[in-house]
Amino acid sequence: MKTVQFREALREAMEEEMRQDERVFLMGEEVAEYNGAYKVSQGMLDEFGAKRVIDTPIAELGFAGIAVGAAMNGLRPIVEFMTFNFSLVAIDQVINSAAKMNSMSGGHFTCPMVFRGPTGSAGQLGAQHSQNFENWYANTPGLKVVVPSNPADAKGLLKSSIRDENPVIFMESEQMYGLKGDIPEGEYTIPIGLADVVQQGEDVTIVSFGKMMRIVEGADKALREKGINAEIIDLRTVRPIDYDTLIRSVQKTNRMVVVEEAWPLASISSELAFMVQKRAFDHLDAPVVRVTSRDVPLPYAPTLVDAYLPSVQRIVEAVDQVTYRG
Amino acid sequence: MAKIKFNKETYLRWFELMMLIRRFEEKSAQLYGQQKIRGFCHLCIGQEAVIAGTMSAITKDDNIITAYRDHGHALACGLSANSVMAELFGKETGCTKGKGGSMHMFSKEHNFFGGHGIVGGQIPLGAGIALAEQYNGTDNICVCFLGDGAVRQGALHETFNMAMLWNLPVVFVCENNEYAMGTSVERTTNVLDIYKIGAAYDMPSEQVDGMSCEAVHESMEKAVARARKGDGPTFLEIKTYRYRGHSMSDPAKYRTKEELETYKNLDPIEQVRKTLISKKWATAKALEEMEERIENEVAESVEFAENSPYPDASELYEDVYVGDYPYLTE
Ligand SMILES: Cc1ncc(C[n+]2csc(CCOP(=O)(O)OP(=O)(O)O)c2C)c(N)n1
Ligand SMILES: [Mg+2]
Repeated sequence: MKTVQFREALREAMEEEMRQDERVFLMGEEVAEYNGAYKVSQGMLDEFGAKRVIDTPIAELGFAGIAVGAAMNGLRPIVEFMTFNFSLVAIDQVINSAAKMNSMSGGHFTCPMVFRGPTGSAGQLGAQHSQNFENWYANTPGLKVVVPSNPADAKGLLKSSIRDENPVIFMESEQMYGLKGDIPEGEYTIPIGLADVVQQGEDVTIVSFGKMMRIVEGADKALREKGINAEIIDLRTVRPIDYDTLIRSVQKTNRMVVVEEAWPLASISSELAFMVQKRAFDHLDAPVVRVTSRDVPLPYAPTLVDAYLPSVQRIVEAVDQVTYRG
Repeated sequence: MAKIKFNKETYLRWFELMMLIRRFEEKSAQLYGQQKIRGFCHLCIGQEAVIAGTMSAITKDDNIITAYRDHGHALACGLSANSVMAELFGKETGCTKGKGGSMHMFSKEHNFFGGHGIVGGQIPLGAGIALAEQYNGTDNICVCFLGDGAVRQGALHETFNMAMLWNLPVVFVCENNEYAMGTSVERTTNVLDIYKIGAAYDMPSEQVDGMSCEAVHESMEKAVARARKGDGPTFLEIKTYRYRGHSMSDPAKYRTKEELETYKNLDPIEQVRKTLISKKWATAKALEEMEERIENEVAESVEFAENSPYPDASELYEDVYVGDYPYLTE
């Protein structure tokens, strides 16, 4: 094991894959000469040169589409969005080209590629820079959507994403890039589509993914003090979703709280609640409760940011609710 | 003609506005360091003449829209230093009640259609604001500011075409400060003279010295007259420079000290100060007194912001919809 930052884990994944597969290249704004807006690609230009680490103009629609075309024609691009807020400028090429090329062409053309970058809020950045589109992308057949929560998963899952024959949306967090964690020394991958049971417990299943896992950890501490033993599941992938792991857990704990940073309507939490009521109806001792961001754009003021985001306190209250301790 | 127009009052107005913006931005940088201002914060120090030369060439009824580097534009449109500073603090008394922050200043009263955070997002909006003026038969126009980086967005090209096709009363102003974050213009295009892309749409286009209020005003005045007459859009590439990094977290290692110094030697405020003094329209002392007054105004805005309350959590649900809305609460 060695300790690395989240950003270093991502970089290792890209570097290793680029060393062993000439077809893999990285493109995006400020990824080369500036070493990445968040320093994920630091040093990569030096090793791989400008042919394989490509600075783009601020032209998301264009370079996303160019990457799709390159993937159709045999390359394996990694597209970095400076943040996924800006992927909206490019979303036509992601959804209308990358996601359905295989199907539409009857299998003639596939798009083995990764769109990656940070998602979600990162402090007081205002309404246009604080959004979560995990559920938007997860809604689209043809895509896979990975949202890792720690350096070890980030590296193993990014390597799998680069090797995947399908377009993968890979969502990180500005606030996690500096997060340190242990990762294996040698080469390893983690399969896409498997949830991780981070902690076994009996009283309640708390399921989340991405940066929100940090808030769940905080809530777990508070819950332990109250004598509640939560089973904690990190989904890691939101398309496909590892329903089996989740259902097994709910069959054991009989209660579920979902924590998600996106807005509530038609979210991943809606989907999880649907599948749990369908497959584990008889095992539920309480309605599923979720903690999401508030149903509004995120404003700038600190008081409003605090009121908007999922918090330790809101998770504890949700657990109280499903365990009828409230 | 031009010589007569640029009289004492014009120069004094330029000096005052640019000095207000400069001192306000310098104070903002300080306050960011003290974590009173958070999030992304982009300063326009060095680019003041673009705003000053524009404001002297338009009227209060004209409209302005820009990107996230917007404090100066907001002040120029007439928003008080208090309301802009309070917004930077995220206070209830800010121009958008603490909701927008640095990147999203707005004021309907001042025809300031805001600061926008997605690069290029404001370009179609600017043309749309102009379309509404044309539709209503007014002779007001819209000045739509954008960065050199924003020129790379497809939205600009779609909008330029329609603005020409429909003869919209809009002036597109590219504030070419040579960099989009760490990327210089020449690393993003083969067309180094940005104004030339206007030719692809037959749009009258011009390159302008952005360190000179006079030059900005003259080009803007022609463009505005054209738009008002119903002769359609203009594209001005105004060559300017930001003295600071892209945002507060950018050490700006991608450019040389010499390059920065070259522009600082052309500082628009100092140019105007020299003109005022050499023409004996103001004494050095009078200008220093004006500076002092402005510094006080900025200091007062900080005090005002400090003493203002943060918005209450219930404000989350205000201004999202017009009228009642059944928000999901769980
Ligand atoms: C669509 C989009 N892509 C990327 C970004 C991130 N970003 C913010 S500002 C900026 C640089 C813009 O440069 P320019 O247009 O020259 O304006 P300047 O900052 O120089 O005023 C970038 C890449 C964004 N906000 N929106
Ligand atoms: Mg620029």
